[in-house]
Amino acid sequence: MTIQFNDESFRDDYTFHNSDWAIKRFPFPFHEDSYMYSVNMEQHRGGPEGSVYEMRFDVDEHYVSEMKDRAIVLDQDPLRCQSLPHMTLAGWDLLELIMVSKSEDYPDLFELHRNGNQWRWINKPLGIDHSFTFMDETTLPYGPMEYITRQAQGDFAVLDQRDEMLWMDAGMVTTQADWSLDFDIGMNFFEWHAPVPKAHEMGIFQRALKFLLNIQQGAPARRLNWTMTVNPLLDTSPENYHKWGIQKTTLTPENIAHKQHLRVELQTFFRLPRSNALVFPIRCYLCSFQDLMTVPKWGRRLHRVVRDLPVELATYKGFIDNRPMMLDYLSQFDDGLPTSPGIWPDLETEPPLTK
Amino acid sequence: MSKFEFPKSIASRPVWGTLEVRPGEHHLMIAEAEGAEAVLDIATPDLMAKTHLIYIPKGADFTTKLQALNPAQFYEGPSYEAALHRIRRVLEDAHMGLQVYLTGTEGMMGQAMNEVMAVGLPHTAIQTEHRGSVARRMQCVHCKGITEDVEVDPFVCVHCGLNLFVRDHYSRRLAAYQGVRVDAEDHGNVPKPKGIYE
Repeated sequence: MTIQFNDESFRDDYTFHNSDWAIKRFPFPFHEDSYMYSVNMEQHRGGPEGSVYEMRFDVDEHYVSEMKDRAIVLDQDPLRCQSLPHMTLAGWDLLELIMVSKSEDYPDLFELHRNGNQWRWINKPLGIDHSFTFMDETTLPYGPMEYITRQAQGDFAVLDQRDEMLWMDAGMVTTQADWSLDFDIGMNFFEWHAPVPKAHEMGIFQRALKFLLNIQQGAPARRLNWTMTVNPLLDTSPENYHKWGIQKTTLTPENIAHKQHLRVELQTFFRLPRSNALVFPIRCYLCSFQDLMTVPKWGRRLHRVVRDLPVELATYKGFIDNRPMMLDYLSQFDDGLPTSPGIWPDLETEPPLTK
Repeated sequence: MSKFEFPKSIASRPVWGTLEVRPGEHHLMIAEAEGAEAVLDIATPDLMAKTHLIYIPKGADFTTKLQALNPAQFYEGPSYEAALHRIRRVLEDAHMGLQVYLTGTEGMMGQAMNEVMAVGLPHTAIQTEHRGSVARRMQCVHCKGITEDVEVDPFVCVHCGLNLFVRDHYSRRLAAYQGVRVDAEDHGNVPKPKGIYE
């Protein structure tokens, strides 16, 4: 399949949009009509054809524009990409993982030619044809992690593993749900998750850490996480919160359908072979409410989830003030019919809206 | 009396201890303001004879009492920044087994801890005890500037002038808590500042 890359923006005039293809494959994060934290891990070993689960690193119609947006963020704030000195080897591991995966999974878009340490990397969508020496930083324009993650959608946290703990020691973070790499770099797993309410008490992080410490090479894992974003803004960083926070108050009953977006993170976890580090790609998918409502099952379910979410979580996810307006809108798409289990749209089998 | 019981908080927030005498040939104590009292609490002639004591009064007056302990070396610095050069020089010569005692504000202890770790001493060689002011060293997440000795929430960033609220999220690397614009979603609506633990 050839992907038609959108020319679109994630800021200012917000021309971001999802095609019908992108809507149908949107990773809707709710497998039932309610939501609570869980260690919802599963193996990342492909998935239904065309789904965001199919490839190791999903490439979609937003690829080229997302990479342009990342470059803008890095121009304005180079601290979004940092790597502590001991993490360079992990950066090479990551570069290899992404280049090998993409060239195998999308041979029409990416090519990797290796002759010993002499590598040639061709990235057709971004117009890159670059020969370099693997493990020789002087042959790349950036450090290895920065080089490859300027060419891969989603944020990347590279975690060192020592003392039975994971440490946030490197990362490329420009599409984050309100956390700061610059502030959190060097923290351990419990420290960087410290601000998350409830989950510590529920033992979520203790269990998640145990799971992650044991991830083996060649056996990656994945989970979905979600939040809400007004406007298709990728860079919802704390660094720029003083600029974008106000956008939350621009929501009205008239514009909510296209302005309010469900923001889903496909989080994957790969063990890296040389460094034994763990790479944690956090891929952000955005979908407007009106596009989500074209799938009757998702309309019914999103209404129920947002309605029943505990206040603490709605506050933490930053939409407590807008929740009543969201419910007014979403309730139009909930006719009370039962929904099928699982996240998939089930367009053929689920009944249309009877309201 | 100068000990403050910090409320239970999130996992990134540091927890300070209580100083105790540890065996060892070499001891480095850095005390700030009322931190002097924590030193006085554990001082013995034998311990102090092997101790380099660095004191930063910050308006408190314990100099005479500390000098009376007869530490092997005594230095009084007018500020942490001024003392830092000496601290780094002392740490350069530090041997394995050096015992470090830090006492005073969170900001001083956090920064000094980084200096000690930077020369490769294990964190197990460092003891801490909070004394005196509960003011915080804050980093503005927006402009990255550090505002020292913040006592109220919200406060004004001394670098960019935004009104920031005081989070409990703490970075050991920066030795600072995080400050975030308080009126980001409603410009100009800044709550009246009150003491951080009020």
